[in-house]
Amino acid sequence: MNQTDNNRENPFTLGPLQMGPACCDPQPVIQVENLSLQYDGKTALDNVTLDIYRGCITALIGPSGCGKTSFLSAINRLTDLIPECKVQGCIRVDGRNIYEPTHNVQALRRQIGMVFQKPTPFPLSIRRNITLPLREHGITQRTQVETITEQVLSDVGLWDEVCDRLDTAALSLSGGQQQRLCIARALALNPQILLMDEPCSALDPIASGVVEDLICRLRGRYTIVIVTHNLAQARRIANYAAFFWVKERAGQLVEFGRCQHIFESPTHELTAAYVNGARG
Amino acid sequence: MLEVTTINKWPHYRDRFVQLVIYLLVFLVSAVFAWILFDLARGGLTHLSWEFLIESPRDAGRAGGIGSVLVSTLLILLVALTAALPLAWTTAALLAEYVPTTSQFGVTVRFSLQVLAGVPSIVFGLFGNAFFSVYLGLGFSILSGGLTLACMLLPILVSTAEAGLRAVPQSYRLSAAALGMSRTATLFHLLLPVAAPTLAAGLLLGIGRAIAETAALLFTSGYVDRMPGSLLDSGRALALHIFDLSMNVPGGDTPAYASALVLVVLLLCINMLAMKLAYGLQRRKIMTT
Repeated sequence: MNQTDNNRENPFTLGPLQMGPACCDPQPVIQVENLSLQYDGKTALDNVTLDIYRGCITALIGPSGCGKTSFLSAINRLTDLIPECKVQGCIRVDGRNIYEPTHNVQALRRQIGMVFQKPTPFPLSIRRNITLPLREHGITQRTQVETITEQVLSDVGLWDEVCDRLDTAALSLSGGQQQRLCIARALALNPQILLMDEPCSALDPIASGVVEDLICRLRGRYTIVIVTHNLAQARRIANYAAFFWVKERAGQLVEFGRCQHIFESPTHELTAAYVNGARG
Repeated sequence: MLEVTTINKWPHYRDRFVQLVIYLLVFLVSAVFAWILFDLARGGLTHLSWEFLIESPRDAGRAGGIGSVLVSTLLILLVALTAALPLAWTTAALLAEYVPTTSQFGVTVRFSLQVLAGVPSIVFGLFGNAFFSVYLGLGFSILSGGLTLACMLLPILVSTAEAGLRAVPQSYRLSAAALGMSRTATLFHLLLPVAAPTLAAGLLLGIGRAIAETAALLFTSGYVDRMPGSLLDSGRALALHIFDLSMNVPGGDTPAYASALVLVVLLLCINMLAMKLAYGLQRRKIMTT
């Protein structure tokens, strides 16, 4: 608890977010080894091995149904909620296997935030959307809760838009605002890692641009894994890219590397065909 | 050109006709309700007075009022809801949130509840008599009547609450889980408030059934029309009082009408109150717009 408090006081959010350091010294924070995932006996993801580097944005690209979302939900064990879903292999976060039975799932999900494709604010007030998870994690002191609420809402650029109506319904916000609220909600728990499942695809181009800028500003402070179908977006924001493809009805990792490398000089011909728009 | 217009007129008339039929049917349904209410008011309004509401029945109900009957009815209702609500809502939460839909356990529980929902109330009455009154030794009492009613209410309360919980979008559960919220916290802070209007609607249906129940109470809470001294006293429910007045008491028609009017008005009030409560809860905790 003390450590958490210290983390809070060590504020990434005293001022507006600034771009973090470039990740020239890659240091793996998530190590995925031989991950396979089955729904009801059907393989959705087959034998994926991949490292995600601290402070970088890693984009997962590939056609629909190639297991990108499944890969994301395996990282924060959201797969636990899906009946008949079986995960094999090993995912280490900070060196600890998260699929060990003794691993604290709630702490893990606090460490790893997630943003979904469709904005999913709770049907509560804007304020309660942020305070509810905070309270659940034992942060109940009123001033602290208020400070965090203001910080994270400022971080996502929502504070000025909603500060005078924090107690109105979150569902009355526009789509882009809702998505930024969801990001703020995830940031409030001070995670290390953010998983984003096509966070811009349900938004109009302007809102999408705002969210994209936000993601760029989060780089360095957070390790971000983002699924996107927008190749231009992946190219703009990501440091690393992982290209997934469906082989024999199971998703597989075809190629992983620096974003520039994947988009400009891919080693695999499938990757080349996909990023050039010839296939997929 | 002229021909085209004549051809196009037919769907227009058809729409008008269908609309008319729908309005007529709606009118018919409301008319039935209005007629019942009017009939009850015509037969019972003259007999209705403050004394009628607070006095105990005299001369087998021909004279006096329904004060003791009202108290018994409310006590039976209270016992039934106190026993049934916690049981029903926890069962619903278990079925909807903790047990996979296809599991053997869930299927069995759901099937038995469906069977229970189809059992005629007189059978519940006999069961209640055999189990609560005789086996548990509660005798003809408000307690045994209320507990029998609780058994009757279980299926209706469970199925509405389960349906309400299942109607909550899965995305709320996923988002809550992704924020590291426990299932219990998600249930209490998110799912139950979202499902509250459905829970209230189920509760309403339950109260409606309980307050109008006759057969199940005949053998369990009995029909002593004195003011009940405790939950172990026998007490006559309002619906039973109406039944007794109109079937067994010559000259009891007017008080029967008045009692029925009270029952219907009571139901209306409970309905409106519950709607208001559900709406208020929705406004306060759940904000949809």
